Amino acid sequence: MTDVPLLQVEDLNLKFHLFEGVSHVLDGVEMQVRKGERVALVGESGCGKSVFVRTVLGLLNRRNVEVSGEIRYHGEDLFGLSDGQRRDLRGRKITMIFQDPVAALNPVFTIADQMTEVIRRGNPKCRSAEALDIARQALLQVSIDEPDRVLKSYPFQLSGGMNQRVIITMALINRPELVLADEPGTSLDVTVQEQTLRLMTRLTQDAGAAVLLIAHNLGVVREFAERVYVMYAGTIVEEGTVEEVFRDPLHPYTKALFAAVPRLTGGAMPRAIEGMVPDYTRAPEGCRFHPRCPHATERCKVPPPTLTMGPGRRVKCILHEGQAVEAVHG
Amino acid sequence: MLIRYLIRRALAAVVTLVGVSMLIFVIARVIPGDPARIALGPMATKEQVQDLRNDLHLNDSLPVQYWEYVKGVSHGDLGISLYTRGPVADDLIKTFPATFELILASSILMIAIGIPLGTLAARYRDGIIDNFSRLFSLLGVVTPNFVWSVSFMLVFAFWLEVLPVAGRLSETVMAPPHVTGLYLIDSLIAGQWATFRDAFAHILMPAAALSLASIGQTTRLTRANVGESYERQYIEFARAYGFHEGRIAAKYALRPALIPTLTILGLDIAVKLGSAFLVEAVFAWPGMARYGVYVILEKDLNAIVGTVLVIAAFFLVINLIIDIIVAFIDPRIRLGVRGQ
Amino acid sequence: MNPAAIFRSRGWYKFSRNKLSVFGLVLVIGFVSVAFLAPFITPYPEHAGPFVDFDNATKPPSLAHWFGTDVIGRDILSRVVFGYRISLELAFIVLIIAVPTGVIPGLIAGYFGGWWETVIMRVTDVFLSVPPLVLALAIMGFLEPTLTNAMIAISAMWWPWYTRLLYNLTRQLKNEDYVTAAEVVGAPHWHVLLREILPNCVPSLLTKMTLDMSFVILLAAGLGFLGLGVQPPTPELGSMVAEGANYLPSLWWLPVFSGLAILIAVLGFNLLGDGLRDLLDVDI
Repeated sequence: MTDVPLLQVEDLNLKFHLFEGVSHVLDGVEMQVRKGERVALVGESGCGKSVFVRTVLGLLNRRNVEVSGEIRYHGEDLFGLSDGQRRDLRGRKITMIFQDPVAALNPVFTIADQMTEVIRRGNPKCRSAEALDIARQALLQVSIDEPDRVLKSYPFQLSGGMNQRVIITMALINRPELVLADEPGTSLDVTVQEQTLRLMTRLTQDAGAAVLLIAHNLGVVREFAERVYVMYAGTIVEEGTVEEVFRDPLHPYTKALFAAVPRLTGGAMPRAIEGMVPDYTRAPEGCRFHPRCPHATERCKVPPPTLTMGPGRRVKCILHEGQAVEAVHG
Repeated sequence: MLIRYLIRRALAAVVTLVGVSMLIFVIARVIPGDPARIALGPMATKEQVQDLRNDLHLNDSLPVQYWEYVKGVSHGDLGISLYTRGPVADDLIKTFPATFELILASSILMIAIGIPLGTLAARYRDGIIDNFSRLFSLLGVVTPNFVWSVSFMLVFAFWLEVLPVAGRLSETVMAPPHVTGLYLIDSLIAGQWATFRDAFAHILMPAAALSLASIGQTTRLTRANVGESYERQYIEFARAYGFHEGRIAAKYALRPALIPTLTILGLDIAVKLGSAFLVEAVFAWPGMARYGVYVILEKDLNAIVGTVLVIAAFFLVINLIIDIIVAFIDPRIRLGVRGQ
Repeated sequence: MNPAAIFRSRGWYKFSRNKLSVFGLVLVIGFVSVAFLAPFITPYPEHAGPFVDFDNATKPPSLAHWFGTDVIGRDILSRVVFGYRISLELAFIVLIIAVPTGVIPGLIAGYFGGWWETVIMRVTDVFLSVPPLVLALAIMGFLEPTLTNAMIAISAMWWPWYTRLLYNLTRQLKNEDYVTAAEVVGAPHWHVLLREILPNCVPSLLTKMTLDMSFVILLAAGLGFLGLGVQPPTPELGSMVAEGANYLPSLWWLPVFSGLAILIAVLGFNLLGDGLRDLLDVDI
């Protein structure tokens, strides 16, 4: 395929300058999302996924932050754009779904107010009656039977699941090209989460939007995504299609992640991963996972190469050097 | 739901007011010293003092005295002032509008300056506006308002001579026809521009002196609340959707912050009511507070009790009004959801 | 746990990061020391008492009299310093009286609830519904204007603020685990209140007391300004401002310097209190 990917992240490094030192939070992150693709970013809490998403959107505040690398949208480097231009993209071409829907909505404005604001973001000339209509239609689409009641309500009057549906609707109402979903539904109970995911799948397909889903739950990833990136301590350690990675995880961290998931079938007990996520001001030399890795050797103290095992299939570990098609060091 | 809440609040206010009346009454009677003697002076004879004591029911027991007093109040009779020799109620009615105008003017200043300044300070955190507003609020809060009053008088009335020294109107200017008792409004209603300008020039310094502490407090409070609002995720949400920072400040960050700010403003009125005593004294502002100072210095029993009662009632009413406004604005209260 | 040691190391570090708070501390230490040493460091200590020197009256600031002299020839600098003494003394004593008087009912109302709570908090509400200065003025209205009476009047209306504070705190804290633990082993009520709950109120109390020093000084100055504080010839900052205000625009140095003095005292305690509030992470 020769068309330019929608989103291309290259060698993204991000450092926070803190009192305690320099916190190297993102280390050489590389990622691609194509049009209409559903990509997942998996990692445990504190691995940098939220920071990464906010960097893509341009939401981090500027002070004490040092960023290098490129984030290309339709081929154009976002860092080269002015603040105004970046802001222009947000809410229209690139939108975000937040983890906790009740926290994300403003408690003193009605749903109608908030939805029409977003609609008018996409179409400033839209008049309020019209915007209200669009909102109503959109709510019907997500199986909300009494849209007028919901529109008149405040977020605290609605259930978590209802609010989540509102958030998703708001994210898709302006037909964005890319939706960044930050662990949607994690704060809701499991059945609602299910519904939310299915809703998201349907809507994003209908809208033709690409989705970058941040998750820490492998089950969710399997349900929803086509491709997956595994992140640990600010680096991408493995990438591939969901079948490839789930069938045959290559990186020790990915393997450990799978082993830690409780299963209903099979006799194996879940195994926790020894150790803790590193302190980013004093990250381990070389491979950041090596202190916790059962296969670690002396060579791991040097930054591991990125091995290409196949088209779109990469892993950042020396273990599979033998079978690699290509190895990029450093 | 809403009505029930408000009725409960109103009842609580009435109970409190009754409590205040008892408190001040007890204080007035318990303190040693014979009010009748003090009022009549050392030259009066024993009989005259006794007569006055009987008139004032001072020889009866405390509950009886209180009951007599309450009976009077229900008829609008707050007793006779030993100082003006007239009904206390009349004195208070005459002087109340002036104080009300002053408090109103300074409250408007407080809101019009404090809230925008605090919002800007929260938005441009640690910037120039923030530092300036912090300094300004600090000075406002720590400087006694009588010091501001005297300084303003010194600078603007004596050294620069741009504003009048004292009073509500210049001697040559007549008060506008009485509609509300507030000269600024009455003169506008009557179309008397010159009177308006004169009244405005006179109210400027007292209102400013009275409001500076409140402006400082409001700025700090707004800054803190808006700052807190900024920490919430709904602001990140607004940014993620590309809304302009200005709009975020004025709408999404400010509105949730208004509710806690408004609640404290009620308390602020209390402070203003107290500070008015000092400001009115300096500027010879013919208001209730200046009257209060006089009667306190003269130890005029009934007048003191009456003034304190009216002030307490005023304070309670204002708080009730603010509660109503807050209940209206905060959807959580309006729709009857418990807790915040 | 030894509170003092921790306070000196990490606490001090955290406190010192906020320059304004340190400035406040310096100010407070400064004027407290000056007030303490008043008789020894002022150029004309006798001017704080009955003293008259008409030849030297109403002189503007000069080398001999840094703050000038007043209508009857007294050195204003010395009087201001002694005025500090009086204000600090007053504020201190007011708090010593008001704080325990207010804390105890607050603890009781918050912990025992029920009838105690209703009665105590209704009474507190009554006091708190009259603006502070008004209540103080009213009480002073029935008393002779002396320093002692001013202290009594202010203490009498100040304690309810502490009752309310302790009431709110106690209500929150009584559900804490360590309180339940003490109750379960049968600790007597006074133990729970004084040894479990009260110590945890100390940060809030300390912060409020520091801030209150500034407010009491303001209040006392206000009373003095209206002539309801101390009697002449005792120097009181508020009454000195009033004295000077009568003679405006001449003799401007009297109200200006006394006013500045009040400002510095209030500023110092205010900054210190703010710093404490941030340091102790209290919600006042």
